[in-house]
Amino acid sequence: MLTVRALKRLHIFASFDLHDGECVALQGPSGVGKTLLLRSIADLDPNEGTVELDGTPREAMPAPDWRRRVTYLAAEPGWWSDTVQEHFTGWDDALPLVTRLGLPPNCGSWPIQRLSSGERQRLGLVRALILRSRVLLLDEPTSALDSTSAAAVESLIAEQVLNGTSVVWSTHDNAQARRVGSRVFLMNGDGEIEDNRP
Amino acid sequence: MTYIHLAYGDLVLPALLVVMDGALSLVLRLKLEKQLAIATVRMVLQLVLVGYALTFLFAAVSPLWTALAAFIMVLFASREIVARQKRRLPGIWSYGLGAGCTLLAAGTVTMFALLTELRPDPWYHPRYALPLLGMILGNTMTGISLGLDVLTNSIVRERAAIEACLALGGTRYQALLPVVRDAMRSGLMPTINAMAAVGLVSLPGMMTGQILAGVEPIDAVKYQLLIMFLIAGGTGLGTLVAVIGAARLVTDHRHRLRLDRIIAETSP
Repeated sequence: MLTVRALKRLHIFASFDLHDGECVALQGPSGVGKTLLLRSIADLDPNEGTVELDGTPREAMPAPDWRRRVTYLAAEPGWWSDTVQEHFTGWDDALPLVTRLGLPPNCGSWPIQRLSSGERQRLGLVRALILRSRVLLLDEPTSALDSTSAAAVESLIAEQVLNGTSVVWSTHDNAQARRVGSRVFLMNGDGEIEDNRP
Repeated sequence: MTYIHLAYGDLVLPALLVVMDGALSLVLRLKLEKQLAIATVRMVLQLVLVGYALTFLFAAVSPLWTALAAFIMVLFASREIVARQKRRLPGIWSYGLGAGCTLLAAGTVTMFALLTELRPDPWYHPRYALPLLGMILGNTMTGISLGLDVLTNSIVRERAAIEACLALGGTRYQALLPVVRDAMRSGLMPTINAMAAVGLVSLPGMMTGQILAGVEPIDAVKYQLLIMFLIAGGTGLGTLVAVIGAARLVTDHRHRLRLDRIIAETSP
């Protein structure tokens, strides 16, 4: 279970619990601070407050270990090498997921420069999924995808959730929020979240 | 050794060439005459002052005065490093890092040369220590400022890539390795280019100076080779320490990228 208590970053102030195998949709107008909240949970920006995984505070482990357990995925994931497969420690492990998201198996040798934003988004998701993190913090993971690819992503994540992964899924799509989230967190202009159970 | 002695009067005629530049600027309206005048006066003043300062230092052969002169040289070098950055590290760090790394690299390499190969008596004799330090300092400074400039600019440009690596559980060293490599490459490039071109395209100032002073060309070449090796070592060492140091400064103990610690140049 992920426990967030009095997390404070700029105007953001949040407390909530996230159970194993639970997916929560995070909604709110653009610029309200959804990305800031997700980045803070992953400890990517300086912030205050208590964040624990199964009762272990994040300060108890090196930050890289924390982020392998509580993994943030940006809406536009970054790339540090020239070709796709250089970004994966085990490209063979990634292949089944890559093909499931509608990409050809030979895309490993593709140069990053040539990828469309939708291809980048799906490959970025696969790159994060193969870490088998306990918690996924997904920042608009289907914003650049058509409805078919978005559906493939939703079913893939749903499977992870069934296997016990916890997910916070930020989205502007109300229908998607209701589809994927068992709860919806609505972030308001004051940087606080309202917990809306369906 | 024999060399042709110059009196101040012998410089009047060559100085007319600068006056010619000024006349050109006026006639063609290049608007350079003011800059040209200031630069000329600065050059004359600075060099004459340095001439007298070195005369004093050579007469004194005091470890204290020599160290003070070296310290002032390092200060000017670090000021120059900061002035060449498009983006800066905040506060004392920008000066501290530049000064620390030039001092460490140029100082180490100069001492190395003085203690192992040249061995003047005493080892800190300013006639050897200061010219050596000056030449190594100038090149180390160029390497460090280029390396830091490329590092900070690449970090800002490659922010998404660095943060992707961090978010996936990479350490700050893993995440910054690609930009650190780029920065090191840029810092070492001028030295490598200089080594490749020396003798064919350019005759180094020190070597020509020694030849003009009557030293046999092949002896001057040996001195120049020594200097080039020292410069290569100093630049490599200085750029490495500066780039790694800056990479540490723009990240924190929780392996976060801290772009808030890089200040963009405000003046145009």
